[in-house]
Amino acid sequence: MSPETIAAPAAAEEHKSPGTERTQARERAARNRRLLVYSTRVVLFVAVVGLWEVLARTAVIDPFNFSMPSKIWDQIRQWALNGTPQGPLWEQIWYTLYEALLGWVLGVFGGVVLGIALGRIRFLADVVGPYIKVLNALPRIVLAPIFLIWFGLGPASKVASAVVLVFFPVFFNAFQGAREVDRNLVDNSRILGASNRQVTLHVVIPSATSWIFTSLHVSFGFALIGAIVGEYIGATKGLGLLVSASQGTFNAAGVYAAMVILAVVALLAEGLLAFLEKRLFRWKPVESGTAR
Amino acid sequence: MNSQTTPAIELRATSKAFRTPSGRLHTAVRDLDLTVRRGEFVAVVGPTGCGKSTTLTLVSGLEEPTEGEVLVAGEPVRGIGDKVGFVFQQDAVFPWRTVLSNVMAGPRFRGVPKAEARERAREWLDRVGLGSFQDRYPHQLSGGQRKRVALAATFVNDPELLLMDEPFSALDVQTRALMSDQLLELWAGTGASVVFVTHDLEESIALADKVVVMTAGPATVKEVFAIDLPRPRKVEEVRLEPRFVEIYRELWSSLGEEVRITRERGAADVA
Repeated sequence: MSPETIAAPAAAEEHKSPGTERTQARERAARNRRLLVYSTRVVLFVAVVGLWEVLARTAVIDPFNFSMPSKIWDQIRQWALNGTPQGPLWEQIWYTLYEALLGWVLGVFGGVVLGIALGRIRFLADVVGPYIKVLNALPRIVLAPIFLIWFGLGPASKVASAVVLVFFPVFFNAFQGAREVDRNLVDNSRILGASNRQVTLHVVIPSATSWIFTSLHVSFGFALIGAIVGEYIGATKGLGLLVSASQGTFNAAGVYAAMVILAVVALLAEGLLAFLEKRLFRWKPVESGTAR
Repeated sequence: MNSQTTPAIELRATSKAFRTPSGRLHTAVRDLDLTVRRGEFVAVVGPTGCGKSTTLTLVSGLEEPTEGEVLVAGEPVRGIGDKVGFVFQQDAVFPWRTVLSNVMAGPRFRGVPKAEARERAREWLDRVGLGSFQDRYPHQLSGGQRKRVALAATFVNDPELLLMDEPFSALDVQTRALMSDQLLELWAGTGASVVFVTHDLEESIALADKVVVMTAGPATVKEVFAIDLPRPRKVEEVRLEPRFVEIYRELWSSLGEEVRITRERGAADVA
């Protein structure tokens, strides 16, 4: 190799270096910031949990009422290893999840179908509209005891309360989504030869999906609430039953433990939904500021 | 034989009134008489908001006239005909479909088998120069490219009647000239009749056989100018011909007055 060929890339690198240095510095700063955010998060968590533990142990707050993190952890472990008084822990989780999921699917299906139908068929919307408003104004959680009477202690009554909670937000979003379809797109598809049914299938439903999906996030939470409240009022299995049984024996740690398990379940479900949404909305431009 | 001699479009004393949100009756089009011959390229110019777009929706069958008659190929318009193509001012491509799927939409809606629809769509995509973009989504394209998707999606249906509502108004000047040339090329092979609404005089002269000047709203025909420039035309070249400038001057003196009326009305509304 001649000296020139060695010199040339070196010169090029020298030429480039101020730019790359700046990029590197920027990357470093971004990394440091991320690190700071994560570590502060951990510190905050440890501080709150630690403070709780210390205050309870030194009896500043009554450990009988407020329990303490170590006891809650013990309770979860004990449930997980030895099972709950109502049966194995996974069975309770499964029951609640099953009821919530089934209620959610039924509620979403009903909400989407009815929402799109009413959004597309004006006559139907005009006739049924006021009734739906009245039903929506009702605090639907009071229906849970009625469902218990109707459907008994089994899962059916919990599914029913989950359905009524899930239905309305999904319905209203689907209805709105179907109403707010871009006029241009509808006109264009009709010109291109689409029948009414095809407009619904190929234009209204796809453009309403982003509306519907926003409601899916909220409504899964509602489904869990429906299932838990139903179980709390009366059940033979489930996390809600764990809560009410723990409450009945003045076991505060048990109530908290059930809450922690619920939170984890809800977060996992939310993550799954976000994943699905990402796959389904590939056609959407990546918007700035939606980094989750 | 009758089908050959009847004009492509005939509007006879057509009026269209809308109910405004405040409950008043707004007349967009009044006593409009207009004839478009088969294979003719007609540009419609007029002041902003005078009812040019309404005229197109009447011809397309998206709206029905309040009074008068709209005939397409000698038949009164009832609903949306399957020989009509419409290119909208705003983007009207389906954002959740790929480019290819967008162009396939028309034939698929009309019951063409998938394989054939795909083949025809590919052909038109090649013709508008988007052959290598067929798997993209609309948001990944530029405004001009999206417009070309819309053109391909319209032409793939073999329309006999092409209605265009300021289709290129959202594009920048250079892209607009390119698109105009492309439109002329695409149209040349089809023998379709075109109604092209615009408020760009140069565009109307460069493209059309006949330019119709509308009055300030409610729209009626004020004057019709025959454009005797030879075809095939190149938009950027035809613009420099003395005859073009002559026509432009005549057109502008006719349209300018209506624009002034519209503007004075606007000022009066504000005051």
